[in-house]
Amino acid sequence: MNKLIVSPSPHDENYTKTSGIMLNVIIALLPAWGVACYMFGLRVVTLTAVCISCCVIFEYLCRRMMKRDNTITDLSAVVTGLILAMNLPVTLPYWMAVIGAFVAIVIVKQLFGGLGQNFANPAITARIVLMVSFPSAMTNWIKARDYDYDAVSSATPLVLEKNGADTPSYLDLFLGNTGGCLGETCALALLIGGLYLAARKIISLAAPVSFIGSLALLTWVSGGDPLYHILAGGVFLGAFFMATDYATTPITFKGKIVFGLGCGIITFVIRQYGSYPEGVSFSILLMNVLTPYIEQLTRTKVFGAKEEEAK
Amino acid sequence: MKKLNGIRLDHRKNTEACVTVDMPLPEKLVIPMSMSMGAPCQPLVKVGDEVKVGQKIGDTDAAFSSPVHSGVSGKVTAITEYRTAMGAVCKAVEITPDGEQTVSEEVVPPEVTDKAGFIKAVRASGACGLGGAGFPTHIKLNPKTPIDTLIINAAECEPYITADYREMMESPEDIIGGINLVKTQLGIKFAKLAIEANKPEAIKNFTEMAANDDTIDIVTLPSSYPQGAEKVIIYNTTGRIVKEGELPSDEGVIVLNVSTCAFLYRYINTGMPLTKRRLTVDGNAVGEPKNVRAVIGTPFRDVLNFCKTDLDKVKKIIAGGPMMGMSIPDVDMPVVKTSNALLAIKNFDERKTSACIRCGRCVRVCPLGLMPAEIDKAYKIRDIEELKALKVMLCMNCGSCTYVCPANRKLAETNQLAKMLIPRK
Repeated sequence: MNKLIVSPSPHDENYTKTSGIMLNVIIALLPAWGVACYMFGLRVVTLTAVCISCCVIFEYLCRRMMKRDNTITDLSAVVTGLILAMNLPVTLPYWMAVIGAFVAIVIVKQLFGGLGQNFANPAITARIVLMVSFPSAMTNWIKARDYDYDAVSSATPLVLEKNGADTPSYLDLFLGNTGGCLGETCALALLIGGLYLAARKIISLAAPVSFIGSLALLTWVSGGDPLYHILAGGVFLGAFFMATDYATTPITFKGKIVFGLGCGIITFVIRQYGSYPEGVSFSILLMNVLTPYIEQLTRTKVFGAKEEEAK
Repeated sequence: MKKLNGIRLDHRKNTEACVTVDMPLPEKLVIPMSMSMGAPCQPLVKVGDEVKVGQKIGDTDAAFSSPVHSGVSGKVTAITEYRTAMGAVCKAVEITPDGEQTVSEEVVPPEVTDKAGFIKAVRASGACGLGGAGFPTHIKLNPKTPIDTLIINAAECEPYITADYREMMESPEDIIGGINLVKTQLGIKFAKLAIEANKPEAIKNFTEMAANDDTIDIVTLPSSYPQGAEKVIIYNTTGRIVKEGELPSDEGVIVLNVSTCAFLYRYINTGMPLTKRRLTVDGNAVGEPKNVRAVIGTPFRDVLNFCKTDLDKVKKIIAGGPMMGMSIPDVDMPVVKTSNALLAIKNFDERKTSACIRCGRCVRVCPLGLMPAEIDKAYKIRDIEELKALKVMLCMNCGSCTYVCPANRKLAETNQLAKMLIPRK
């Protein structure tokens, strides 16, 4: 007879693993990525490949240098790479994408302790670092379905609106037939991915709904076009894939609502009063920073707990 | 009414149709003097003594305890030091049966005239919670506060286990008899028999049996784990919340396991104390999963062999269910009063624990609304004030958080360790 294994209960587990969750996120991003390939051509594939492979390599090297377990099999670096690619314009030089991957994985994620420990969303922070460092390369938009990477002319829908130019139709916005970062243009595909994650119970819709809802409401109250504002720019990508990031957003339902509201309000304020046409990245980053405080204030109520006696 | 969180488990009630079979007498019995909560007993017999079926062989003066009886007639061959699955050390009486099964003259139906006499009889029966916790029944039935509702716990929410279900299918009259007995003796007005929705036949039978009795309510519990946990079953049957530091009796309820209830009825009528119990034998190493009735003290090895288990392949033996049962270190440990199931498992692989990804699944499933991920963090830095604020003391170790954790973190275990950091008042 073998030696019997003695361990604390429970002796059973379900089979959702970290890597399974990450794989589902990748699956959910594929529709939007597919549309990006169609709208912006083959360079989408190579740019994504650069982002993902750099993220994975940086993760591997970083863990090795810090003498920690190798974590590339949990697929979180692949997800970061993919989301980072979705946040870049298709014309971005590859070496800049490498810098983005470095910022995301090494600086934001691993230096803070790796998966689950980072306080800011790696892809968002990388996007912001690139945007501040290389403003012109990060705003080089090409026309959808032109596949001409030299003809840099097209502006994003939000820039067009800000400049008072002709804006694309709702349908073009919904289908992604506009200029923009490669993964953020097609609201439909992002919605499909988001709903898929919600159906698989990977994400809660609390933050996306309060994010999109509050942005629409504020835009409407201020006399803007709410539908245009939620379809244009990075709202869907941000709301479904980045405002739902486990590590950098609150755990509880109440916390997620607060987080989404904050994102909606900050996005609105930046778009309405700031000099940037787009505010999604900054709003999520700022709310990431506030997350520990939101968590403190939105803890669950424990069943049968007595109120803390006054000290 | 707010719905409590819970998890869906694969029920695996493979043995629900298995009629209970009596185990043959083993060659040797090992009867530990501590099989329930409370003080261990001292042996009342010496090596060489002859004992009979139903004879009391262990007792103590401590009130919070329950006496121990022999389930066989035979000879005491040894009195040993014994380590229970909980790690406590007590004496154990080894008996070699003579096969005659001569019943002791001590076994006579008790005369019960008043409540005090009933409580005395319940203690003498050796009864304790048969659902697994082993709380001495005479203490439970003798609360300081008035009780208006008796809840009979027939949730049996753990996977595999069907011992209580078989009790309901095989001796429903004893259960109803036990409910009426306890109600009458303690002057309780109402009883609620709470059964989980995954046992429709039992629900149907009892609903018919209690159709003309408006003091017995049959309550269907949702099929979500852990329905059988005391605070959960009280809330789901009566809407009452047992607050921090309170007992169920403070809310006017007593929760009694269904098999314990039926046992009490049989004891009052026959005087035969708790010497046998039904247990479900299952798990992927067991060739013929069964419900067996075994004499308390029968070694697990005999039970597993009786159910055609390939002991060479067994990697883990669990006394109880897979969620809250205890893995035992030795196959020669005996069936005790609280053994409601015996699971023998082969090929299971332990996954590696990885970093918390803060997915919040543990928070979503905790029936009590605790935040295991936060407790894990606070435990790591030994932040006792934070652990108190997170109410870790309320954790009942149902295991749901560990079960759902994608990073395979042992959250329930951490909660128990964290409790140890908090100084008791």
